[in-house]
Amino acid sequence: MAEFKEFKIKWGMVIDIDKCTGCGACMVACQAENNLPPAEDASNKLRSMNWLTVYRLTNHKPFPDHEVAYLPRPCMQCGKPSCVSVCPVIATDKREEGGIVSQIPPRCIGCRYCMASCPYHARYFNWYDPKWPGDLAQVLTPDVSARMRGVVEKCSFCHHRFMKAQEAAVANGRDPMDLRDGDYITACTEACPNGAITFGDLNNPKHKVHELSKSPYAFRLLERLGTDPQVYYLSKREWVRREGDNYLENEKTGENKRQG
Amino acid sequence: MDYSKPFDAGLFPEGCERCSLTKFLAWMSFLGVIFLWGLYAAIRVLGFGLGETGMDDYFGFGLWITFDLAVIALGAGAFFTGALRYILNIDELKNIVNLAAVIGFLCYTGAMLILVLDIGQPIRCWFGYWYPNVHSMLTEVIFCITCYCVVLILEYVPLVLENRKLMQIRFVRILAHNFHVYMPIFAGIGAFLSTFHQGSLGGMYGVLFGRPYLFREGFFIWPWTFFLFVLSAVASGPMFTVLVCTAMEKLSGRKLVSWDVKQLMGRIAGTMLIVYTFFKCLDSWYWAADTLLAQGLTFDDMFYGYIYGKWLFWAEHLLLIVPMFVLMVKKLRENPMIFYSMMILVCASITLNRYLLTVQGLAMPVMPFDVWHTYAPNWVEWACCALVFAYATMVLSVTYRYTPIFPQEAELNKK
Repeated sequence: MAEFKEFKIKWGMVIDIDKCTGCGACMVACQAENNLPPAEDASNKLRSMNWLTVYRLTNHKPFPDHEVAYLPRPCMQCGKPSCVSVCPVIATDKREEGGIVSQIPPRCIGCRYCMASCPYHARYFNWYDPKWPGDLAQVLTPDVSARMRGVVEKCSFCHHRFMKAQEAAVANGRDPMDLRDGDYITACTEACPNGAITFGDLNNPKHKVHELSKSPYAFRLLERLGTDPQVYYLSKREWVRREGDNYLENEKTGENKRQG
Repeated sequence: MDYSKPFDAGLFPEGCERCSLTKFLAWMSFLGVIFLWGLYAAIRVLGFGLGETGMDDYFGFGLWITFDLAVIALGAGAFFTGALRYILNIDELKNIVNLAAVIGFLCYTGAMLILVLDIGQPIRCWFGYWYPNVHSMLTEVIFCITCYCVVLILEYVPLVLENRKLMQIRFVRILAHNFHVYMPIFAGIGAFLSTFHQGSLGGMYGVLFGRPYLFREGFFIWPWTFFLFVLSAVASGPMFTVLVCTAMEKLSGRKLVSWDVKQLMGRIAGTMLIVYTFFKCLDSWYWAADTLLAQGLTFDDMFYGYIYGKWLFWAEHLLLIVPMFVLMVKKLRENPMIFYSMMILVCASITLNRYLLTVQGLAMPVMPFDVWHTYAPNWVEWACCALVFAYATMVLSVTYRYTPIFPQEAELNKK
């Protein structure tokens, strides 16, 4: 059964929805950074590979009260991941160095049980052999291995950047387990033109995310299920926060949060 | 040589008649065409990838998993009838236990075949043994299903050895005898393995706490679906065995198993059906009235339009409740038409249950801003299921033609 795992470092993300314009730069940056192959038929969104997907939210009210918001959804790197406990071959695990949920493509048998378990749809399957038309293969990120057909893949919080940051810290004589704020950030964080995404160690008071995650406007997706996500969202709009979880009609937003 | 008998009459079981070889080959050719169609689809999947199917990232499970779960439940007649015959010594069941074992063998090998296609990296199928995750219900399924498949092969082999010509070989005769001596051990191991993997298949869904449609509380590490799957399998398995037997009787035009034995199977399965229906209804009520509400959802949130409508939920339950009450009335269950019809309804309910857990469970959007998507299997998925159907029917046809799987057949068809 799934259980909580607490680590000294907990890499997390805080996404300010009120700053997000839905431009999709984070999605593009993620695809380029992590060697996601272009889809042959990108009109089929249920087979398009996007480790990070931007969802469009509305308050369901007619004009002139109608409002929209955009919610980028990477892997939540759950504290209690529904996917890790179900994988029959330990192809995915909660890593001790920062609590990132890893995925090992050469270990994966492609049963897709982890995909069935994930309520965030953060996992993707390689339905065909990946193809990079023309010279696209020449611009692949050398630090990220390309995945083969028949395996599941997901957002890794650009784990290779974490390793690079650790190497740089060692080279500069610093503790690789005590990175400074900004030493390690994900490609989507770097690409966001509005600075809507903040990345860092949620456990480290010196990191900005530590404070942001404690904001009264912070919420996490589907907290009631008890997955304990490491991705937080911020919004001053109550209806946006309410869209983050399922509520009965008589329940107030933010009620019934559960830690597993 | 007696030219009035089929060319291969020397291989038939003692005292049993069979159709002409030409007729038999025509039947096999018909099945062979279906088999080849399925084989073409399977080769496409293995050659090009699972993109050939109708599945996608929202519906990682589809027709194939539904098919697997259904045939594994319906094939449960093998372990349950075997356990009743060899462990509890219900002697009358010897007349149908061979067929139950053959059906179990075919259902499980068929399911394994589909699983080979369904996993993205079939060449890594041994990873389940090499890198097992002891926390995963699927690991238990992989272990038990493969082990039980071996047990079913061991139960099937002695039936093949019973062939009249093969039995003339001394070694085969002794081997077959020894297999029969140790059959209670196989039956015991089979009962243990099968109970666990039937349960684990249900547990696979119940543990998914991120999927409100599927998540169930339970006892210790086992969600309620674990126990429901075991009960549903022992209720529907013997019924499916009786239905296959009856279908074989209709096709061959011969009596194969006496009505008394079928009624006994019906009474056993019917008793299990009462237990299953009671707990299934209790589970559904608790899920709707408590589990869902704790997740901020209501019963209505679980359904969408016609394709995932409430009618499916009620149909699943009614297809259990109606047969349960009908089969309780002696006068009604002694009418063959009603008896078989009710069994078909129960098997349909179990199949529907597997479909709803597999497809509707994934269709239901959990994030409030997500939307319902629908899934329809494409021809490749249907063809691969047809491949298994054709394979199973061909093997069953050959087994029936050349081996004495029905001890009562000669007696029941005496002219």
